[in-house]
Amino acid sequence: MAKTALQFRHNGRDVAIFVDGGTNLLVALREGIGDMTPKFGCGQGGCGACSVLIDGELHLSCLTLAETVAGRSVETLDGIKDGPNLHPLQRAFAENFAAQCGYCTPGMLMAAKALLDRNPSPSRAEVVEAISGNICRCTGYEPIINAVLAAASGGRARA
Amino acid sequence: MLELRKDVFADERDDNLKEIGKGTQRQDMLGHVTGTSTYFDDHKLQGMLHLKVVRSTHSHARLRRIDTSEAERSPGVRRIIRGADVPRNLNTLLSLINFGKDDEPSLAVDKVRYKGEPIVAIVADSPRDAYEAMAKVRIDYEPLPAVFDVEDALKPGAPVVNEVYPKNTFTYYETYDHQKLRFGDADRGLASADHVLEQRYQMSPIEHAPTETNGSIAAPDTNGRYVVYTSTQALFFSLDTCAKILDVPSNTFHFIGGTVGGGFGGKVDTLTEPLCILGAMLTGRPVRYQLGREEEMQYGPPRGAERIYIKDGVMRDGRVVARKIRAYFDSGAYTRLSSYAAVKCAAHLPGPYTIPDVYGDIYCVFTNRTPATAMRGFGVTAMDFAIECQMDKLSHLVGMDPMEFRILNAYRDGDMKAHRREAKNTALIECVQVAAEKAKWPIREEFKRMSSRKDGGGSRAAVPPTPREPHKQPVTASQQRITYDRAPAATREPPPPTPTPPPPSPPAPSHGATRFSSVFGTRRR
Repeated sequence: MAKTALQFRHNGRDVAIFVDGGTNLLVALREGIGDMTPKFGCGQGGCGACSVLIDGELHLSCLTLAETVAGRSVETLDGIKDGPNLHPLQRAFAENFAAQCGYCTPGMLMAAKALLDRNPSPSRAEVVEAISGNICRCTGYEPIINAVLAAASGGRARA
Repeated sequence: MLELRKDVFADERDDNLKEIGKGTQRQDMLGHVTGTSTYFDDHKLQGMLHLKVVRSTHSHARLRRIDTSEAERSPGVRRIIRGADVPRNLNTLLSLINFGKDDEPSLAVDKVRYKGEPIVAIVADSPRDAYEAMAKVRIDYEPLPAVFDVEDALKPGAPVVNEVYPKNTFTYYETYDHQKLRFGDADRGLASADHVLEQRYQMSPIEHAPTETNGSIAAPDTNGRYVVYTSTQALFFSLDTCAKILDVPSNTFHFIGGTVGGGFGGKVDTLTEPLCILGAMLTGRPVRYQLGREEEMQYGPPRGAERIYIKDGVMRDGRVVARKIRAYFDSGAYTRLSSYAAVKCAAHLPGPYTIPDVYGDIYCVFTNRTPATAMRGFGVTAMDFAIECQMDKLSHLVGMDPMEFRILNAYRDGDMKAHRREAKNTALIECVQVAAEKAKWPIREEFKRMSSRKDGGGSRAAVPPTPREPHKQPVTASQQRITYDRAPAATREPPPPTPTPPPPSPPAPSHGATRFSSVFGTRRR
């Protein structure tokens, strides 16, 4: 099958891969680049486990054609740490017991980051709205909502 | 003399195990929040092939012909696997603890018994190649009448779902078609009750819907073994099951797992590993087999549905005096773990209450539905739902507060439970009292003063006279043992013409301890 060359920014670094026609961004990231942080949950845009940011905007990588990110910037959970230091959201998730099996966590964190990037002090309702496309089958969501709120107020305290 | 310098590591652990009351971080949390926890699908192996299965489009059908010739020529196809390629193409999960007969093939051969049953596996270079080839497999079905209702399945003349169990019920101790609980005379108790309430409860199958679907990756290792990355919840159980199905020593496999993307009971059935490993054996390449979301939801085993009929007798003062239950556990087309679930149904039907006369019949029934499996308290949850709904209705019937009604009927220390075990460390009364207090639900002073530690035992400790029923003598455990040897099927010895006498019973252990088996329902030395 004919391959298409694809260049984009991945977590701040330029990358170039070849993809088959029709390959989705989730497969391109996992198999082309080796970034295993976005997860396959449904392949239908139903669960949010594959969520990534494209030019800062939240997208489902399983429903995104890989070729459409040419020249754009893709951010995954692999890129949100600052060197060895956890992102405030990662710290808040850990401290608030917001992960059990951990499979939805990468997508959940990206959805939360998209929210806090545009709204640093969201209300509880806004947090619920922001993660409403991400399914978690373990926690019952409360610890996740609390974690996002804690990260947001932590950010406010530093500001 | 070499000196082991333990002092270098002396401060690494303090052996302080006082953890209760302290928040303790999960050991896997850092991996989870950084996305570095390694799930089975996070392994990218050189030259990995992809396995997909062709599934039955019928709920019950004979397989007249399976034509894979066109699929074999499809681009990227490395191997087509059929039932005849599976060394031991019949298994039941609990056979590893000698419970139940082998009743389920890895790939269907002559017949399919539920919609979605695997028939042919295709190993190809890419998932897309596998899907293309799947569309080229031609299967000629002869549809058979199907049965989807547990009670219909028990009627005379019902279609036989699984020929291993021609009565459509799991057979306990190779004798009984259901689990029985008999304690006192429930019919007499019902006849003497002030009110009798009979109700029917029905629940649906429930899918676990884990975010990570079932799957595994198997790869030839450097030493003739196979390394298997898997989503299983039961690593050694899956390993042993694969060794049995593939007819190799269990040390052939190195199973790596433990990081599971949600299981809840739906990842104990060893759904993907046997075919995945067989694919690796037949191609000499790493093979990945992961269920898609639709497969997971549609054909992944659910919590089995239960239908429960309860007939309770209650006195005007609120005492439940008799309970008679008939329940049906829908196992689907194969046993998996449902035989055990039905045992748990029987164990839980009296609830945490002291009822003088209890009678229960629990059937584990085969239907042409997706085989059921474990899910968080399976066998117990539906029964508890039914009996607690029933308790609410009974309390309304006699005009009692439902909290006080439960306190009145709660078991207490020293009571005899319907399974003929003494109730110990009971706490239902205290739980209801605390729940009422937290909910600001008023209960009367006399019920606040009641205690699980008071007023139990005495006449409540007796086993009531229980009418005997005619029954066949169950075969002993040693006679039930399922033959399982490693010889190939063709060269296996025919069974001896006369049954061998059971071995002499083992000597009583000197320490006097007995072990209770919840599966066999007997005390075992």
